Amino acid sequence: MVAGVVGVFGELLVTVGVLLGLFVVWQLWWTDVEGARAQDQIVADMGWEEPEDEGPEVAVATEHREDPPVPDAPPSGETFAQLYVPRWGEDYLKPIAEGTDKATVLDTIGIGHYEGTGMPGELGNFATAAHRTTYGKPYNKVHELKQQDALVVRTEDTWYVYKVTESEIVLPENIEVISPVPGIKPGEPLPELTERYITLTTCHPMFSAAERYIVYGTLDYWAPVSEGTPKELLEEG
Amino acid sequence: MYAALWNFLPGPPWARALLCAGLGIILLAVCFEYVFPWLSDYMPFNDTTVGE
Repeated sequence: MVAGVVGVFGELLVTVGVLLGLFVVWQLWWTDVEGARAQDQIVADMGWEEPEDEGPEVAVATEHREDPPVPDAPPSGETFAQLYVPRWGEDYLKPIAEGTDKATVLDTIGIGHYEGTGMPGELGNFATAAHRTTYGKPYNKVHELKQQDALVVRTEDTWYVYKVTESEIVLPENIEVISPVPGIKPGEPLPELTERYITLTTCHPMFSAAERYIVYGTLDYWAPVSEGTPKELLEEG
Repeated sequence: MYAALWNFLPGPPWARALLCAGLGIILLAVCFEYVFPWLSDYMPFNDTTVGE
């Protein structure tokens, strides 16, 4: 009788162990498979005309430095932009949606835009978040970014070419990283806005949530999509 | 527990093995589709945002 109870208890423990192992497989591998597939599908469903990036006829976008057009903030959960990062591969293309809710944006669509922060091209800070591991891991290679690397944000009609300025590692409560001027803490007076920033936030170290990896950039130029493709996205040679 | 399951299932051993495999696959599917997504919301290592 006692042997029977112990036997069943042992079997339960083995079962729980196997299930926990499967959870790890699901979290680290399967969410990534599903996430990458879903994010590619979202980009395809947006149906935006793909930029030409090779061939002799390709038009290189003129670099506009006057005030860029700024889109209105979309409703929460709406996909409104795309991100290209040549440093992360010429195929790198991920959708950006409004809001940083985990279930509806970060786990499913990919990159989230902090609500209330600047829109692309706006004076202030276009602040974004995405997973570094799991769920399609849009910001997986964030540590590979170097100064002057291009972060190209596209809305349906406009390219916004940002250049990386610096990166740092902060604690999760350091919300000044997404301030309109990064580094100005809540409550401190804001200087007059003169720069168009972009901020990427993701977790650090990988597979942990102890800290946040932050990358900053500033707008270099913008261009209408109809005028061609930014030179940063053209294939070498 | 598993011995009881084995005895409960009908048919020759190969049919029982097949049924066990089927049950295992169903369990796996339920876990991947429903249980694990629910559980992951309570895990601390998925946060990427700054703020409270």
